Amino acid sequence: MNKYKLALFFILIALSNASAQIPEVEMADALRENGKIYVVVVIIAIVFIGLAGYLINLDRKISKLEKKD
Amino acid sequence: MKGMWWKLLGLLLVLFSLVYGMLGPVQRLPILNETIRVLYYHVPMWFSMVALMLTSLIYSLKALNTNKLSDDLYAFEAARTGFFLASIGLATGMVWARFTWGAFWVNDPKLNGTAVTMLIYLAYFVLRNSVEDPFKKIRLAGVYNIFAFVMMIVFIGILPRLTDSLHPGNGGNPGFNKYDLNSDMRPVFYSAVVGWILIGLWITNLRVRYKNLKEKHEQV
Repeated sequence: MNKYKLALFFILIALSNASAQIPEVEMADALRENGKIYVVVVIIAIVFIGLAGYLINLDRKISKLEKKD
Repeated sequence: MKGMWWKLLGLLLVLFSLVYGMLGPVQRLPILNETIRVLYYHVPMWFSMVALMLTSLIYSLKALNTNKLSDDLYAFEAARTGFFLASIGLATGMVWARFTWGAFWVNDPKLNGTAVTMLIYLAYFVLRNSVEDPFKKIRLAGVYNIFAFVMMIVFIGILPRLTDSLHPGNGGNPGFNKYDLNSDMRPVFYSAVVGWILIGLWITNLRVRYKNLKEKHEQV
């Protein structure tokens, strides 16, 4: 009986170790939970859309110049 | 607006990767943590650099065939844009390396290979600009550009694969090779790559047109 108890004990220790070793990888979960990440994304999108519009405008200006020549 | 669709497509693809790259689900990997998202912003710089250098090579071959200075100009400007994107790739990579590997520059085969590649292309720019005679320019620059492209493939495509690299996905590092770049990340990454290649070609296109206009203006 004692042998079984000992075996059970070791199995339990092994199991608890195994579960402790699953790595908890740190990610920016809080930023996503409180929704502040959307503010950042909207700002990135505005900057990029602004730049894109500027580029398109520049392209059309060059096209006009090319037509003039 | 005619002929504009591929430029707009490039912009849309990059916009999608910028937004979804921040919001989309990513793998939870040690060491990398949230910086795994750098895959969407840093790696496309290198992909589009290689695409532009390939464009440059194709136009150099064309120029050697046709002896047209306009083809050679396109080759030159494509290499310039590629170099520009590589500089951004290097700068972003250095920031990431500081916080992941602990130093701005480490002796990683990919980093050193890139540095050598960029020096080779700098030599291409110097060589092309130092020759006045147009025919000589096309020959010399074209032939050197073939050499430069081959060296780039050797330095960033072959040598880093022969040794272990610190980069994610290489050696025993956590990362994203074809087996574990998961299906959430793949579409965002590929749209970023295609989008940035299109934008790189657009920048090249703008610069070539600007150079042609400038030349016309100077002739008058």
